[in-house]
Formats: sequence, C-alpha cells, structure tokens
Amino acid sequence: MADLTTDFLGIKSPNPFWLASAPPTDKEYNVRRAFEAGWGGVVWKTLGAEGPPVVNVNGPRYGVIYGKDRTVLGINNIELITDRPLEVNLEEMARVKADYPDHALIASIMVPCEEEAWKAILPRVEETNADGIELNFGCPHGMAERGMGSAVGQVPEYIEMVTRWCKKYYDRPVIVKLTPNITDVRKPALAAKNGGADAVSLINTINSITSVDLDAMSPQPMIDGKGTHGGYCGPAVKPIAMNMVAEIARDPQTHGLPISGIGGVTTWRDAAEFMALGCGNVQVCTAAMTYGFKIVQEMKSGLSQWMDEKGYRSTSDFVGMAVPNVTDWQYLNLNYVTKARIDQDSCISCGRCYAACEDTSHQAIAMSDDRTFTVIDEECVACNLCVDVCPVEDCITMVELQPGAIDPRTGKEVQKEYANWTTHPNNPGAVAAE
Amino acid sequence: MTSPSTPGIVPGRLPADAIAENFDDLHAPLAPHEVQVAADRCYFCYDAPCVTACPTEIDIPLFIRQIATGTSEAAARTIFNQNILGGMCARVCPTETLCEEACVRELAEGKPVEIGRLQRHATDMLMARQGHPFTRAAPTGKRVAVVGAGPAGLSCAHRLAMKGHDVVLYDAKSKPGGLNEYGIAAYKSTDDFAAREAEWLMGIGGITYEGGMALGADLTIDALSESFDAVFLGVGLGGVNALGVAGDDKDGVRDAVDFIADLRQAKDLTTLPVGRNVVVIGGGMTAVDAAVQAKLLGAQNVTIAYRRTRTRMGASRYEQDLAASHGVQLLFDVQPVAVHGNGAAVEVELEYTVDHGKGLEGTGETIRIPADQVFRAIGQSLTLDGGLEMDGRKIRVTDAGRTSHAKVWAGGDCTSGEDLTVVAVAEGRDAAEDIHKVLMG
Repeated sequence: MADLTTDFLGIKSPNPFWLASAPPTDKEYNVRRAFEAGWGGVVWKTLGAEGPPVVNVNGPRYGVIYGKDRTVLGINNIELITDRPLEVNLEEMARVKADYPDHALIASIMVPCEEEAWKAILPRVEETNADGIELNFGCPHGMAERGMGSAVGQVPEYIEMVTRWCKKYYDRPVIVKLTPNITDVRKPALAAKNGGADAVSLINTINSITSVDLDAMSPQPMIDGKGTHGGYCGPAVKPIAMNMVAEIARDPQTHGLPISGIGGVTTWRDAAEFMALGCGNVQVCTAAMTYGFKIVQEMKSGLSQWMDEKGYRSTSDFVGMAVPNVTDWQYLNLNYVTKARIDQDSCISCGRCYAACEDTSHQAIAMSDDRTFTVIDEECVACNLCVDVCPVEDCITMVELQPGAIDPRTGKEVQKEYANWTTHPNNPGAVAAE
Repeated sequence: MTSPSTPGIVPGRLPADAIAENFDDLHAPLAPHEVQVAADRCYFCYDAPCVTACPTEIDIPLFIRQIATGTSEAAARTIFNQNILGGMCARVCPTETLCEEACVRELAEGKPVEIGRLQRHATDMLMARQGHPFTRAAPTGKRVAVVGAGPAGLSCAHRLAMKGHDVVLYDAKSKPGGLNEYGIAAYKSTDDFAAREAEWLMGIGGITYEGGMALGADLTIDALSESFDAVFLGVGLGGVNALGVAGDDKDGVRDAVDFIADLRQAKDLTTLPVGRNVVVIGGGMTAVDAAVQAKLLGAQNVTIAYRRTRTRMGASRYEQDLAASHGVQLLFDVQPVAVHGNGAAVEVELEYTVDHGKGLEGTGETIRIPADQVFRAIGQSLTLDGGLEMDGRKIRVTDAGRTSHAKVWAGGDCTSGEDLTVVAVAEGRDAAEDIHKVLMG
C-alpha cells in the first residue's frame, strides 16, 4: 500500500493534498472540517496587517465558465484577503494547530511592502505554531492597487527583498506564492530563491473577465452595473499552471527549488501530473469549492491505487520524474513518425474527425457512403486533432511507424536515428553533423 | 357504480381525475434544466445521420446547438423551415425508428439524444412567444386547391401560401388537422394542440379553410382542376378495411379510427363508453392508439390480435412496449375467423397462423377470447374516382408529387410511401415546391 505522507520543507502531512489559501480556509470551522474530511494540509486564508480588516463587495464575488452540463471549468473571483480581524484568525490557527499537530497548517500573509509591517506580523504568526508561511504575491485584484499582492509579485526585486525580510524575522519555512500575470515566471521564482525562499507555490489566479452581461453590458460578476477583472482558477488554468511549474523545475537556476503546485487540481490524476513535473505537493481550491471537501477521498484513493500499480512506495518516488522529458521544441525528434488509426469497432460514426480534418486540417480522413471513416496516410501529418475531437476515448490513436517503414506522405523511409531541428537541412542555423 | 369490470360497453369506468391523469401528455415537456442537459448531449455530427433519417431532413444538430446556446426560437425556425408541422411531429413521430434510432449516441451508449422532446421544446417556445414566424412572398395571382387538411395538405398549403399563392384548403371534416385532429391518441396531442397548430399554421395568411367538403361528394377533381391553377390531393385513406369474417356486423364491432375520432372530439372522456373486454384487430399505430386509450378509459381487458409475428408489426417496438406497459395484451400469429354473440359481440374467435413463405395460412387451431367491443384496425383504403392512375390501391405520383393529371399533385397517406405524419409533411412541402415551379414557369 502506497504511503501518501509527504515531507515538504520538513513539514509533514498525511497526504500531499493541501487546501490553498482561499475561501475554504477562511476560518476555524472550515479548516477543522477539512482536516476531518481528510485533507493533508491547509494554507489559511491570507492574513492582513493589524487594524481594521479589508472589506469585500456585498454583491456577487464569483464568475464562472461552464463546460457541458454546467461542469465548472473555471471560476473567477473578486474576493480579497481575509476580512476578519487578525487576532481572531491567529487565535483560531493556534487552536486548530494544537488539535491537529500531524496536519500541515501554513499561514498566508500579505502586508504592505515595508519591513516594519513584516517584522510586526511574523512573530505573532510564529506564536500560533503554524508550520510555515506563504507570501501572497499573487492576488491580482483589490490588493494590487494598494501595492500588495501581484503588485509585489510582478517585481522580482520586491520579491527578493520581502522574502529576505521574512527569512530574517521568521524561523520556519517560507513559501513564496507566484503570480502568473507576468511574462516569464522564472524571473520571480529566481528572485524568491535569491531572497532565501524555501519554496515557491504557483500559480495564483489569472487576471480575467469570465463573461459579459449582454443586457447590462457589464462584466460579471456585476456589482451595481459595473464589473472588474478577477482572478481565474479551476481546471481551465491547469495547462498554464503546469507549464509555469515545468519552466521553474527545468531551469538550471531554479531546478531543485521545492514547488507546491496550484492550478486546477481536480482529481488524483491532476495532482500526479503536477507532482511528476516537480511539485512536492499540491494545493486545491476550485475543486473543493465546486464539490465540497469530500473530493479528497477520491484524490487519496486514486493516487494510492496508481502508485501501487506503478510500484511507487512514497510520493517522493515519482516527484519530478517528468521534468527531464520537458524540452524545447527544437530538440523534439523529427524522425518520430505517427499516423492516426481509427478503430472501426469503437467508432460511432459521428464524423467529427472528418469535419475537423477536412475543414481545418489536412484532408486526411476519408468518409464512405456508409459513414466509415478511414485515415489517408498519404495526407496525415499526425496532428492529433482527430484524436482530440473524437467523443470516444481510444477510438482514434496515433500509431508509430517503425524505422524502415515508408511514410506514405513523404515517400521517405522512417529513420531509426534521433534527429532534430538543430541539425535539419532546412534550418539556416543548423550545425552540420560531424 | 361503474368500474373496469362492469359488463358491456359503458362510460365512466374510471373516476374523472384518473382519466384526466391517464390522458395527460405521454411525454411531459422538458423543463428548462432538462432541455439544457439534453441539448448538451448532441455531438454536432458531420452530415449527421439523424438528419438523413428524418423524412423532412430537419437540420437537427443545428437546431440543438441553437437550443444549447439559448436561442430556442432560432432553433424553431430551423425546424419549421423544413417541417411546418414540427410541433406535431415532435409529439407523434416514431423517433425511435427515425432520428433517434440513427443518433450516434444510440450506437455509443444505447441512449440517443432526445431529439423529439428537444424539438417540442423549441417549437412550443416559438409558438408561445412569437406567433407565426413566416411571411408571404408577393402575391402571384395563382390559386391552388388543397384537398384534405391533414399533415400533407396543411404542409402543402403553408408552403404555397408562403410562395405567394392563394390557397383554398378543403376537408371533409369540420375541423382541419386530419389524423392529427381525429386519428391519433389523445395523450400525444394534449391541450387541443392539433387545432392550435392548424390555426397557427394558417396564421401566415392566404389560406381559406372550407370544412365539410368531401371529395366525391361536394368536390370533384375535374371541377377543381377547372377552377384552380393547380390541385393538391392529401385526402388520406377514407375507408377502413372490413374484417371479412362472420359477425363483423354485430353490435360492438367498429372501426378503430372512429373510436379514436370520438375520443378526440369528446368534451368529457368520462362520458365515452368503452367495453369491459376490448379486442383490437390489427398491428399498426392505430391499433396501439385504440388499445391503449381503451385501457386508459378503464377497460378491464384489452387485447391486440395481430395476424403475423411481432417483428412484422407496423407499430414500433417502442409502441408495442407502451401498450404492454399499460396492460394491453399482445397476441401474435392469430387472425380473426368470427365474432360471436347474439346481436352484440361477446367473443372473438381467432385462428393461429403460420407463414411458410407462401403467404399466411391458418393452422386450424382456434381460441376464443371474451370481447364485448371489437375494433378493426387492419388498414385503411382509398376510395377515389377521378381517373387518376393508381399504384395498387394508392395514387401514383412522382417524387415531386405529380399525378397522371397535369394539374393535380398528391401526397400523404393516399400516395405510396410510409404512412407517417412526417412523411406526409415532406410530401406536401415538396409538392408545393413543384407546383410553384410549374405555375411560375
């Protein structure tokens, strides 16, 4: 039986599934229920500085993108950090940590970009016995306008500076949460590392407008006829998050920096994918907000079953295993040739592969009078679009042509040797093979 | 107190509330959430098989996508462009043997997209919100007589009116609608839908309805073709075939279509008499409609006796199951040999049949089942005199509906082809297009 316990920066948790800093972790009541439901850790909803707390809008805070049957694909929010007094949050955190010593409890913090502000709050957080802190440099709305959140996260120098302060005034692990609203995520990650961060977590939410009310002509969520950009999260952002995670994991300057993966983790498989790309654990929010805390049961059982099937005894066995296989386009093997194959037994004759290929791709699928669809190898460039649009899983697959076979499209023999763009004759900058 | 077991043919076998519930919509309209879920299941197939399977070739993937994106009225226009009786077809089409049988999800998972119910949603929505959606082209000055206001005639009349022609629509019955109004089960056309649809359809203008005008009695093909530029015949099948057995004339023996027509026109179904033991002879949709409704009125025992095997039955498997689920007994491979009784029917005598490939033969073995009411539903026939060439017992027509008479077109059940509402609609529409082409040169 796979061991799901994880050790992230020395912080132990019964499993790698943490709840991200967000509405689900706003107060003691939720967090206790989350731990009882089986979550391995919690990043408490972001704390602000002492004094009157922030206020939230009193209208809708969330917008949504749906898939079929109102499947939640993405949520956007305009909620701010905790709007409860600092003291209340700290007292609750201390109580919860005392009662759940084996679960991870991380304090998320966002205070003004001044050393005094961090110096003031960090000792108080330390008193709660929380396992570590996460610096919220990502929140893209509301707080950024006040010089916090993503306003810090978009300036690598600030990240480094604040991280340094935190390491100075706080003895436990410091995790820097990165915003995706930048052009190159490696820069803030490196800044965090240079400031002494123990880890980065990513991604925070993406600037977004999810929909426009066409009657009111206002973005949604709409507050009295107006809307503003919010932070986008959920399954829709997972591809963006995973790319950013991979970029940090494979860059020589940041390789090895521990990562907590965030961004659309909805199932055990999503978690395994993030972890394969180098994340020591994952943080979840939208899936819990959509389905409730119980989903962690599936995440745990699924990851455990998969690990058993693969022979992984602990999560560290597979963390980062996919990183070496993330490469640049120019290094992809141009001698790897595949062709689409349609399994006629599982084909339901919907013709979507045909429409996609005929109208938008390479005219490489033939349709007979009796609606039998077949691949024309002479035209198939193996783009995979037919696989992607087919409603039946595994009905269309990509089959590799073996070395020695003739590719009917090019008329050339498939070569056994690896060869990429860097040495391709069409590349003006190609380096001739020796 | 009358009950299902009261002997004879009597009304009020069930209390009024039970009858009202029994004759409610067979399929309730989809609620908004159900519409969204059902519409989301469509794969938007290329050259979709459901469209090919639809006799009127409605662009089903398009209209479902229009529903899914919140524009059900646009969806309805997609439907009505092809089939102006899309509302009725959504209710009466045997979708299980047409579009829904062809749906790729039927193949994939045995559960097709609910095309019929989605079509009903869209058409109901438009009819409720917008009234009539089409406008007429500039007047052509041409006049066309459409005889028969059933699905074929209504479809033809509408298309002709849309093209700018003036139409006089005749029917032997007082109300338009044909079988929609008089010949199908009440639970398929609730809330007077057939009449409402006919009125809505004629809302395009240019159609004058004249009821109580029967071909052969009040109208002749010759006279019509004299006074009109063209004539369309959508007269259906007027006569019902006789059983041709002893006792066919006993009290209690009648045509299933008459029973259904009485039922459809009854103001109060608790006053409609029905037998305790009802036997329906036949195997088509009419047989099922009569049998199920007899059961719903409170008949204690209802039997459909069909002379061939189940697979040959005209009614679809879905309809057979519908009958069975209402407690109708289905007997196969039996043909009537006599109706027994002293003046009124008491029993039907049936003989088992076999088919060795040389036509149906009786085995000589018979059974008798109690029957105080016997419905004939063994097919209808055409009675027509106008010198038109026939194809067997039906009017011979080309694909465009042309008869052997240069000014006469025909469509629907009176011509060959499947006797389905949706087929009749397609034939009426196509004939109208051809009439238009001929009249406008």
